[in-house]
Amino acid sequence: MSVGNEIYSLTVNGEHHQVKDAWIGESLLYVLRERLGLPGAKGACEQGECGSCTVIIDGEAVCSCLVMAATAIDSEITTVESLAKKNGLTEVQDAFITEGGVQCGFCTPGLVVAIEHLLNKNPDPSELEIKEAISGNICRCTGYGRIFEAVTTAVATRKAARN
Amino acid sequence: MSVVVPRTLTDALSAMAANPSALLLQGGTDLMVEINFNHRKPVDVIALRRVAELRAVKIDGKTISIGAGLPYQEMETGQIAQLVPALGQAARTVGSPQIRAAGSLGGNLGTCSPAGDGLPVLSALDAMINLRSASASRAVSIHEFMVGVKRNAKMPDEIIVSATMPIVRGWQGYAKVGVRNAMVISVASCCLVVDRAAGTVAVALGAVGPTVIRCRQAEQWLATKVDLKQTATIDAKLAAEFGQRVATEARPIDDHRSTADYRRHAVAKLSGRLLQRSGAQ
Amino acid sequence: MSQATQTSTRRDVLGTSALRPDGVAKVTGQFEFSSDLHAEHMLWGATLRSPHPYARIVNIDLSAAYKISGVEAIITAEDVPGKKTYGLISSDQPVFADQVVRYMGEPIAAVAADHPETCRRALAAIKVDYEILQPVTDAEVALLPNTMPMHPDGNLIRHQRIIAGDQNLQGEVIVEGVYEIGMQDQAFLGLEAALALPDPGGAGVEMWVATQWLHEDRKQIAACLGLPETKVRLTLGGVGGAFGAREDISLQVHCALLALRTSRPIKMQYGREESFFGHVHRHPAKIYIRHHATRTGVLQRIEAKMYFDGGAYASTSSAVLINGVTHIQGPYKCANATVDGYAVRTNNPPCGAMRGFGVVQACYAHESQMDKLAAACNLSPVEIRLINAMQTGDKLITGQVVESVAPVARCIRETDAIAMPAPLAKNADPLELVGGTGLTSLPENIVRGVGWGVSIKNLMYSESFDDFAVARCRLSDGVATLKYATVEVGQGFVVLAPQIARTILGVDEVVLDTVDTGIGSAGSTSASRQTWMSGGAVDGACRLVRQKLFEHVGAKFDIDPMRLVVEDTDIVDMIGDFRISVVEASTGVVIDETFEHHHRPTEELDADGQGNCHVAFAFVAHRAVVDVDVELGLVKVIQIATAQDVGRVLNPVAALGQIEGGIAQGLGLAIMEEIVLDNGKMRNPSFTDYLLPTALDAPKVVAVMIEEPEPQAPLGAKGIGEPPCISVTPAIAAAIRNATGKELPRVPIRPQDICL
Repeated sequence: MSVGNEIYSLTVNGEHHQVKDAWIGESLLYVLRERLGLPGAKGACEQGECGSCTVIIDGEAVCSCLVMAATAIDSEITTVESLAKKNGLTEVQDAFITEGGVQCGFCTPGLVVAIEHLLNKNPDPSELEIKEAISGNICRCTGYGRIFEAVTTAVATRKAARN
Repeated sequence: MSVVVPRTLTDALSAMAANPSALLLQGGTDLMVEINFNHRKPVDVIALRRVAELRAVKIDGKTISIGAGLPYQEMETGQIAQLVPALGQAARTVGSPQIRAAGSLGGNLGTCSPAGDGLPVLSALDAMINLRSASASRAVSIHEFMVGVKRNAKMPDEIIVSATMPIVRGWQGYAKVGVRNAMVISVASCCLVVDRAAGTVAVALGAVGPTVIRCRQAEQWLATKVDLKQTATIDAKLAAEFGQRVATEARPIDDHRSTADYRRHAVAKLSGRLLQRSGAQ
Repeated sequence: MSQATQTSTRRDVLGTSALRPDGVAKVTGQFEFSSDLHAEHMLWGATLRSPHPYARIVNIDLSAAYKISGVEAIITAEDVPGKKTYGLISSDQPVFADQVVRYMGEPIAAVAADHPETCRRALAAIKVDYEILQPVTDAEVALLPNTMPMHPDGNLIRHQRIIAGDQNLQGEVIVEGVYEIGMQDQAFLGLEAALALPDPGGAGVEMWVATQWLHEDRKQIAACLGLPETKVRLTLGGVGGAFGAREDISLQVHCALLALRTSRPIKMQYGREESFFGHVHRHPAKIYIRHHATRTGVLQRIEAKMYFDGGAYASTSSAVLINGVTHIQGPYKCANATVDGYAVRTNNPPCGAMRGFGVVQACYAHESQMDKLAAACNLSPVEIRLINAMQTGDKLITGQVVESVAPVARCIRETDAIAMPAPLAKNADPLELVGGTGLTSLPENIVRGVGWGVSIKNLMYSESFDDFAVARCRLSDGVATLKYATVEVGQGFVVLAPQIARTILGVDEVVLDTVDTGIGSAGSTSASRQTWMSGGAVDGACRLVRQKLFEHVGAKFDIDPMRLVVEDTDIVDMIGDFRISVVEASTGVVIDETFEHHHRPTEELDADGQGNCHVAFAFVAHRAVVDVDVELGLVKVIQIATAQDVGRVLNPVAALGQIEGGIAQGLGLAIMEEIVLDNGKMRNPSFTDYLLPTALDAPKVVAVMIEEPEPQAPLGAKGIGEPPCISVTPAIAAAIRNATGKELPRVPIRPQDICL
């Protein structure tokens, strides 16, 4: 490696990963995708304007393209890869498929993470709360209609499961 | 090359003293864009995200101090939004939820873009910016802190610790124009604060000049027209004239986001509307 | 490394909302997009681009860049072994600029290095000396006789006129206007990316790439590499949206050249800024137009001059132009026309395909005109459109007779019947108001407006182009395997193809083979054509397999195969009581058939623009309801009502997704999306400044799908991808006019256009 010699470790989805020979300017998005084999977070703008790279850091949904990876050494990082359990998809993931929330799918992982985060904080969001919560996740294919439908369905499914 | 992630302000300051050229990184929402877009090549970095003191909120009877690293999402609701409603409103317009989870006043102040959403509020409230270096502390008025387009009065060895602003009795609000209904950089913005006790109004404009602009002449003119110590309904004609006067103090430019003429027009309307809203409540 | 083959086992036939087989991979982050590809020992590739719109290259000095540790190769124009240029219709675009750059962002060199950051440093170290030239950035100026040609092919890419009927007719009512359409970007989210693996000794190359048309890419790549097409093998990498921007070559040749030069795998991927420079955009256009009508609003004649700014290279400009001029009448009867259209070369960024392909521009002009005509004749927007609505059997201004199902009046009436949204509540939440959380507007600042747009769109390629599609179906042991080169960009062919196979063959399990150049072309995923063309190919292949299966069963059980039909998952005798499951019938046999689907032939236009140049047409109506803060010129689109002529609904949820998605893109063009150019320089190549609609900008869409099966279409279904984004733009513009009283001749409509 010609540009970097950073060595540090990150905790992603509960596992410790060593990062070696990294360049200091690498974003968390780059390190997840190119060094840790976790390509679920997607890069589409590199400036926090599309939400495709959304991950959870210490309980907050953030754009991983705006996190300098080497500074996230003491954080709990959760990516889309950790959401689906062995017994299947989450309600949100399932609803994205059944309601047509997926077309090209490039925005999908970021949206799924953002919506899981929303529903964990606010299990019964209003329509406007849903829209505001995902207003930082750009989707170019769907026009959002089927995505709203997917969130509504997921909220109902989660509610039914609680009762 | 090195990355330091200090836990305390003292540690952060000694790291800076040891390496004055190190890049200070707060939420990353501005600096990482510069790195991603190949405009900045970091060598040594001091990341401030773990410094608890920079996220502190301190309230005494008259003032509130907000840590420079407190994410905007913490200002949208709760105590800050109650005590400084204009800041709560401005915070909610910053970027997206993801950005508001990371971005902070410290970032707005450090970058010092005239479009930074927090800055008009700090200006209208005559906030003091608290700076600290390894050897000294000082407080600088926001008006002196903002020096020019993306230039501020912070010395290289200083950290922006917090902003202190008065808790004002009276109506205050923030309004913003962008071409999209969410996640949009301000084309023009306005903060208006009525201080009932002092009988004054303060108006600050964003994105219509090299820095945030305080409209002192319009403020003084209004004080001659209305008794701001009383709650008074503002008629549309007065609001419109106030807006016109505010607009003459703007110094907007044409760029790819809008035109100077539109920006001037927009701040006239925004300030007039805010003034009317202040009277309606 | 390739996309995993995808299996689906639900009984999802045509007409059901079958689920996408790639859905699970996409929601879990496992789906492999092109940007997710990796290979052992791979290097990264990157492109050096011109900062100037027009300049002579005096010198390129690579020496400093070569000294950077980790740099493995740098290539320029002289390193292109084969053809030095490429292009979809005319090969006029250099792989690397040779002596001259004609637009800002034109590639000059490419670097291969061990890390993206090493690449960036190497690019910065390449020293290029330019002699800056004065760019020509106005299409009409570019055509002036004293303007120097900027390209050996000249500044006129194509001129086409249409002369129909009476050239002197003057209507009782005449309305005219000059309309402008800004440059829109496709802004797919999945940035350009490819991985190239060189064959030993440089004998060939294997590539995984996100594209719209594998075979066309291969043809152009092979020519530039100087290799036979058989030595260039392309597999589809996962595609994150396309909308026309992946029809042209972007990084493909550069990536392959670097792989052959270094004998190592090369990964290239653009960032967002580079993507704005690296692909073509929607043509900006200026349209001068005059409509003649009777006093009662019957359209009699159209005069139009249309200028499409093609930017520095031709791309598909000549075809975009033909779509523009041949659709300028809109979905309305009109016997007489005088139309001149020009596709022009300038020093602006190259323009080519984007969803709607030339018709978006034409529609904005003709729909704006229809509203002017309505006002002049004292008719409502609905009345003027119903009076003139085209029907099957009508003759277009090209002389072509519309043979397609043409339910234009029904589209309008059914849209009109959709309930209007509730009025804005006095106590509405700020998020429901213009400006949203910006607290910009209160209900008293807002005026509501309503506007209409109706459009006609050609389906498939035109002007004698035979854009056929090939598919292969293999049936064995109850499992159908489909092979084709049809590119999935998100539109949903991956769900449609298995639906077809299940319906025709009575199987449940359908396996989709890898999409690559190992079979004949499927044509491009564009022009609303894959449901019709590749759908027709899959349908045809499945029918051939079914016929063979009937013959097999007939021979085995001594039944005339003519008597056999598929019923659900069984083969049954229409006359007797014989019944056998398809699984059982196909156990132990292998039936493998390939089908090539061609649409009916079309003709080129003659010098007067006459000829049967289009295959078929689809129609749609849009009604927009908008809230406008008139003082500040800000807009929120509240509702889009639409009725679309779809032929037949094959997958309701997928169809609705296409309609809603297209509407959002048309909304973007109406009020926010524009590449801002300043003397040829792009001012906003980022998502901070090129604004796309967010979840809070999306209107409520109420959609009706009009099902009148299209006899020409293999499945009765018309393509549905493009129509949603075409007339929604003028509908929104009309609604803003309705709210403001302003003429608003240009889109996107900017705040200052409304309030200053």
